[in-house]
Amino acid sequence: MTGEKVLLMMGCPEVPIQTSIVLYLSHKLANSGFDVTVAGTGAANKLLRVSDSDSYYVKKLVNLDKTLEGVIEKKTDFDICFAFMHNDAGMTYAATMSAISGAKLYSVVFGRNADSLAETIEFDCEKIVSKVAHNPGQLKNMLDKVLEEVVR
Amino acid sequence: MSCIEQMKYEILLDRTTYKDARNYIENNSEEVYYVSPGYKIFKDYHIIGVPPIALGVKGTALSFTYTKPCYGTFVLTVDNEDSIKEIEKLREKEREKVTPPPKKGKSPESSKKPPGSFLDMWQK
Repeated sequence: MTGEKVLLMMGCPEVPIQTSIVLYLSHKLANSGFDVTVAGTGAANKLLRVSDSDSYYVKKLVNLDKTLEGVIEKKTDFDICFAFMHNDAGMTYAATMSAISGAKLYSVVFGRNADSLAETIEFDCEKIVSKVAHNPGQLKNMLDKVLEEVVR
Repeated sequence: MSCIEQMKYEILLDRTTYKDARNYIENNSEEVYYVSPGYKIFKDYHIIGVPPIALGVKGTALSFTYTKPCYGTFVLTVDNEDSIKEIEKLREKEREKVTPPPKKGKSPESSKKPPGSFLDMWQK
């Protein structure tokens, strides 16, 4: 498994748990030998960079649209993608990734509307759904279980 | 920044869901063309979207979806010489699909068979 390329695709950073979960997941995956890239909007990236100012948890932080452009133009691709979403736009980005990439896709759906948003997902992916918005504990535990399979 | 943000466009629908944006294009266009996610229009805009992605034509204007992670999906329309070029590209692609070159050994009926709706194609 070592060296596999993983993309953590952040959506709008309005819901607080996204940044902490992405930092956690990035570090956990990197420690397991994965080559982790985190992609986000300008605001999501700034939040993350201030939280991790020495790039300890996230080594590669890139622009979301530029990353998708690279995948569309077949300049890059990933083995695994975790797409974070709490709104329809996040789901739309994940649907795009599903269509353009060969990565195994995990849709991480969170926030108050997580259940109804998860129901709108029609593309092939594994869904990780939690209605949490502020307390990342439940989502962290769910991702820990997924990581056990991913790392295996 | 995509070139879209530097173009002269009109917003037809704002901050909506992708599904509603697609429905709007389908219900408010003279012609509708369907493309895959990532299809490039204008100089460098790769369309982000849930397939099937609808592009609408009304006269010389092209309407399309534009998704921003924090603001949802917009339906934008551009009416200029670039939209005319894009519309012609779409029509050309459609002509290629509808009229495949005749193949030996195939019955004339098979080549005349309608391709079915794009929704059917995506569901396959």
